[in-house]
Amino acid sequence: MEGPAFHPYLSGRANLARLDAADRYSDPRTSRVRIDAALDRVGLLAVAEKRYRAYSLGMRQRLAIANSLLMPRDLLVLDEPTNGLDPQGTREVRHLISELASDGATVLVSSHLLAEVDQICSHVGVMYEGRLVAQGPLNELRASTTQTVRVDTDRTEDAARVLTELGLSEIASSSGYVTGTLGDVAIEKIVPNLVNACVPVLGFAVLRPSLEDVFVSLTGEGFDVSG
Amino acid sequence: MSAAEVLAVANQPRARVSTRFLRSELKIIFGRRRNIAGLGVLAAVPVILAISVRVSSGSQGAGPDFIIGITGNGLFVAFAALALELPLFLPLAVSAISGDAVAGEANLGTLRYLLAIPAGRTRLLVIKYAAIVIFALVATLLVALVGSIMGLALFGAGDMTLLSGTQTSLADGVWRLVLSSLYLAAGFAALGAIGLFVSTLTEQPIGATIAIVLVNVMMFILDSISQLDWLHPWLLTHWWTAFGDLLRDPIATESIQRGLITALVYAGVFWLAACARLSTKDISS
Repeated sequence: MEGPAFHPYLSGRANLARLDAADRYSDPRTSRVRIDAALDRVGLLAVAEKRYRAYSLGMRQRLAIANSLLMPRDLLVLDEPTNGLDPQGTREVRHLISELASDGATVLVSSHLLAEVDQICSHVGVMYEGRLVAQGPLNELRASTTQTVRVDTDRTEDAARVLTELGLSEIASSSGYVTGTLGDVAIEKIVPNLVNACVPVLGFAVLRPSLEDVFVSLTGEGFDVSG
Repeated sequence: MSAAEVLAVANQPRARVSTRFLRSELKIIFGRRRNIAGLGVLAAVPVILAISVRVSSGSQGAGPDFIIGITGNGLFVAFAALALELPLFLPLAVSAISGDAVAGEANLGTLRYLLAIPAGRTRLLVIKYAAIVIFALVATLLVALVGSIMGLALFGAGDMTLLSGTQTSLADGVWRLVLSSLYLAAGFAALGAIGLFVSTLTEQPIGATIAIVLVNVMMFILDSISQLDWLHPWLLTHWWTAFGDLLRDPIATESIQRGLITALVYAGVFWLAACARLSTKDISS
């Protein structure tokens, strides 16, 4: 079963009321207020009386999130929360998750949309074949993979020489720029060294590996992408 | 246990004992158009019966023994309607509700939401079964009520002749009708327990409903094979027709008692079976 699931012939509000009624710990006196607050928070208050059947996938997804907001929670587990949402909806959900986190809740998002994870999460865990192969703060995980620097210059040969002297590996020159793998070299040393060697530095960038690169480096290529 | 954990436990609100979940369940059952239509069909039988007997008044003959008494006193419409709906219609209605109980939620995917709350698996089955029992009761009483109204309106409210030939008052007749309805509802509720169990086996509510109807019909078939008479007392449906004993004077209680005990045992065994099944089931949908 994919995605959210509710009684199709009940309205969004009635569905939440049903789930709230099943909760032994919820206070019936505040039920209406809490349901409306949850619906409001996900932007469904205006369509609260519509049958769930008539909801779009994005609305359904948001109703599922509203359900988790009925009671204050310490931990929320969201499985693909932005699945089926339009760009605005995705943004709203992202905003909502950040809000929940800043309110003190721990939000565990399970997702394969790495760009999303990149934007939302402070910590990530990578699962592969049922095992947790890596976990930690996003930055640490990124740092554990190799970083590449790119120097834009019109004197690529000199730049390549300086970088080699500094101890960078896998130096590659192209027209207009040189790239190299950082290794243990301190980033702040690179530009002064280039300038001292009279290499005009037109641009400098540390190419942070994308989360996808990190993921692939941890789990392998899967299909042979190089063909 | 750290200070933070102690705090977390202290902040945990206490569980409330309330009928909210049951009321919500009943609202879903009695709010569904499908179920309302089903109840409408159940209620239509005594209406059709009363009108058709009234229209053809005088030409008594075919039909169950009960129908012969209809023209004498209106309450017999209710008894006759119960007797007519007993083999299939009423069990079918209970089958539809009980088959849908867990399988319906599993089919929609709402079961995992309920369990994630957590509603509690045993508690869920208690609530689901309570709702089935209430539905069985409402369905049976509805047939009795509509039958009484139609019967009294079309045939009057004179003294009632019981199956044993003695005359009794209208009030006593009504009392016996209530007892009959309760007795039959107990039997249907026991069938509902079988339904609840079957409902935990599948994610297809229609499949569950069909299976329960099959079980019901199978019991009637086995009950009609005289070579299997050793089996008959063990069949749930065998005792249902004993509600006619409530129309004797004095009331013959032996079969009624056996029927109630059989219903209770069926209900207990199958509710526990449903519990055993659901408590170990991996709910992925």
